[in-house]
Amino acid sequence: MSIYEITDKPIDPQRYADHVLRPEAGAVVTFTGHVREWTKGIRTLYLSYEAYVPMAEKKMAQIGGEIEEKWEGTRVAIAHRIGELDVGEVAVVIAVSSPHRKAAYEANEYAIERIKQDVPIWKKEIWETGEQWIGDQNKKPEVRNT
Amino acid sequence: MINLLYFAGIRDLTGVPEEKAPLAGRTVGELLEWAEEKYPGIRGGGARVAVNEEYALDGDVLEEGDTAAFIPPVSGG
Repeated sequence: MSIYEITDKPIDPQRYADHVLRPEAGAVVTFTGHVREWTKGIRTLYLSYEAYVPMAEKKMAQIGGEIEEKWEGTRVAIAHRIGELDVGEVAVVIAVSSPHRKAAYEANEYAIERIKQDVPIWKKEIWETGEQWIGDQNKKPEVRNT
Repeated sequence: MINLLYFAGIRDLTGVPEEKAPLAGRTVGELLEWAEEKYPGIRGGGARVAVNEEYALDGDVLEEGDTAAFIPPVSGG
């Protein structure tokens, strides 16, 4: 049994950590991604996420499969929330267990990078002055501090 | 018929979340051309197409009943 899910309910990270825990695991790394108030000097009031739910869940499961192949003995659970989220709320949780900590740390970071590449989820930032769908943040021009 | 799905900024452009189009037998590349004609600018944002929930290549051929989704650059996490 594995968990790869899109949910419109608040995420309880412990549930996912518990899910990957097992006797062979000496390490569990749980990452939670939260709604950040300030991005490049602009204040976010709240975020709205949407997903292509069946494909998103399938892609997350594929990522979990990639991890379990690359890092032997790992187990993965991933959830992403959709709908409107306030500052500080959990948008994504990734839990990875492994026999030793190094694999769990590495695999966890791999999971979030892959989610940001391929999983069909979109974030809309709502500011005091407007709103915008955010896409491909890696390609955004850097704001220079002058 | 092919079921078309639009998400996020692309849905804002099309004004509808889904529609059907007689594109069976056409390639994904041809679908993109069809969409660009109907919704100018739809190709501009770097959208990918997923067919039946898997990312597709421009040369892939659409079959009757397929679902093709326009996937703008993703921003999860």
